[in-house]
Amino acid sequence: MDFATLLQMLDATLRLATPLLLACLAGLYSERAGIFDIGLEGKMLAAAFLSAAVASVSGNVWLGLCAGIGASMILAAIHGLASITFRGNQLISGVAINFLAAGLTVVVAQSWFRQGGRTPQLAGDARFNPIDLPFAEQLREVPIIGTIYYELISGHTILVYVALLMVPITWWVLYRTRFGLRLRAVGENPAAVDTAGVSVIGLRFAAVAICGVLCGIAGAYLATALQAGFTKDMSAGRGYIALAALIFAKWRPWYALYSCLLFGFLQAMALRSDVVENVIGFALNNQLLDVLPFILVVVLTGFVGKAAGPKAGGEAYVKER
Amino acid sequence: MDAMPKWADVILIPVISIVLAAILSAFVILAIGENPWEALKLMVSGALGSTYGWGYTIYYATNFIFTGLAVAIASQAKLFNIGGEGQALLGGLGVAVICLFIPWPHWTLALIGAAVGAALFGAAWAALPAFLQAKRGSHIVITTIMFNFIAAALLNFLLIGALKAPGMEPATSKFPEATHLPSFQDMFNFGDTTFFRGAPANVTFFVALAACVLVWALVWRTRLGFEIRSFGESESAAKYAGISPTKIIMVTMLISGALAGMMAINNVQGEAERLVLNAAEGAGFIGIAVALMGRNHPFGVLLAALLFGFLYQGGAELALWTSIPRELIIVIQALVILFTGALDHMVRMPLERLFLAMRRA
Repeated sequence: MDFATLLQMLDATLRLATPLLLACLAGLYSERAGIFDIGLEGKMLAAAFLSAAVASVSGNVWLGLCAGIGASMILAAIHGLASITFRGNQLISGVAINFLAAGLTVVVAQSWFRQGGRTPQLAGDARFNPIDLPFAEQLREVPIIGTIYYELISGHTILVYVALLMVPITWWVLYRTRFGLRLRAVGENPAAVDTAGVSVIGLRFAAVAICGVLCGIAGAYLATALQAGFTKDMSAGRGYIALAALIFAKWRPWYALYSCLLFGFLQAMALRSDVVENVIGFALNNQLLDVLPFILVVVLTGFVGKAAGPKAGGEAYVKER
Repeated sequence: MDAMPKWADVILIPVISIVLAAILSAFVILAIGENPWEALKLMVSGALGSTYGWGYTIYYATNFIFTGLAVAIASQAKLFNIGGEGQALLGGLGVAVICLFIPWPHWTLALIGAAVGAALFGAAWAALPAFLQAKRGSHIVITTIMFNFIAAALLNFLLIGALKAPGMEPATSKFPEATHLPSFQDMFNFGDTTFFRGAPANVTFFVALAACVLVWALVWRTRLGFEIRSFGESESAAKYAGISPTKIIMVTMLISGALAGMMAINNVQGEAERLVLNAAEGAGFIGIAVALMGRNHPFGVLLAALLFGFLYQGGAELALWTSIPRELIIVIQALVILFTGALDHMVRMPLERLFLAMRRA
């Protein structure tokens, strides 16, 4: 494998890791506050559809992004209502949200666009287009560093940089702000937070809302940046992989970045089976390459160290009387 | 003392939940520009208006009984098995291997053989997630979801490779004549009047009914069933009473996987008579809604499976005659899961207050 191919692979890794990273950080806020969320998948899917639909009708991708975040927030609100207000089972609520999104997106897409459950192809301003970072063109000829800057770092859509920026922001919010401290506390020991006079319910709703925003961006990225339009079930298990990446990262932001890059790399491998064949010397089966991330999830969560999540995760908080 | 009488808990809450789901579904139908009342009439006549419709309803219900029981028995031990879809796919593989490579003399023997094969393959697919949950503490929800994806890829791999029949289609060759199960049409054929003509319901329905009885007996009439329920109620108390968590998790998940796998004798052996791509068609996921609605009790699962059989067949009729796509059934399924599973308290709390008020009066 030559240098150019390596850069192409890493470039694809970055693009494919972006939705995983956004969803993973979304899950991080929610789970750190003690709310399990397997509905990441559904929220991404709903956001992907509505962002593509609005972008295709209005021709403005930013409106699409807002609509996508809105769709995701509605599902997040349902999840919050079910698991915080009505103290329902968080796993079941997440499953319901995934099915709701899987069904509604196709039903509504068919009703609006009559293209067999997809949106029209997006082009021009209805999509997030790659942006060139400053001096990319000038530095292009500089050996190695310039090439890396031009090929790998520059030339992504704005959402890729937003996702990457969210990692230090999340770290800062969680570990350096009062809100973050309380958020982490509410996932470990909600009774203590309650005793301190801080609203458990308010904090948890805030966490679920942040989760909704980030999933919305992730979904919009899928339909308006990574691809040009919505197709049925386009999230393709990314929400679940993000969840597994979160467990592997032991609910910490920087490790979330690394594990999402790992899964992104595996997905990039599936896209470039020719490169994989060149490197290892024999052809890997395409189905195997496709499910490699899923197999890795099982291996990672099962065999590499025990991961203990936030202590109060999955439990609704009931005030003592 | 419970706030509500038992009948309200068992009947009223599921009924209210399904009514809420139905109302919201009606709004969805309205929103996409169709008439919900007409849609309902079409569903009823399509699914229940003829023995043909009933034949489809019962065929789908048979699938959902197996996957519903699979989720229900796992729930008794407080394990959430979302892997029914993958386990049912693997069950199909088991049925295909048994039917294709063993020369069966008669369908009765083939049915027993295929049921054992389906159960073994399904259980095997549940075994690793169960082991990882029991020994490594990795969450069974995550691992079973992953195993659904892996199962689909494995079946893809085999159906375009080793098991593929000559021709274009990614499917196995037709199973031999002797393994074909009698359909309702064969069984209810009285000379000049034939019932269930052309419908796929088959003898497997009775196997499913037997499975309901067996699961009931296992859970409420055996020592193992008691251990499963105790473990589900309180893991620490069960441990204190000398019940091994590892054993209960493993055994329960193996039974659960076997039940989900056994769905394949209905759809693979009974209906398609060969193994095709995506044979389970989401029935494994519907099992979740069925078990939740049926309150994890085999009789409830039976009723809920019949309801979902009706919805499924009715939904197919809708997709055929109106512009409402089949995915509407997924929306209804989601709403049922939401109301019976996650928003249970929302339905329950006002009812409990009502019953308390009535008792005081």
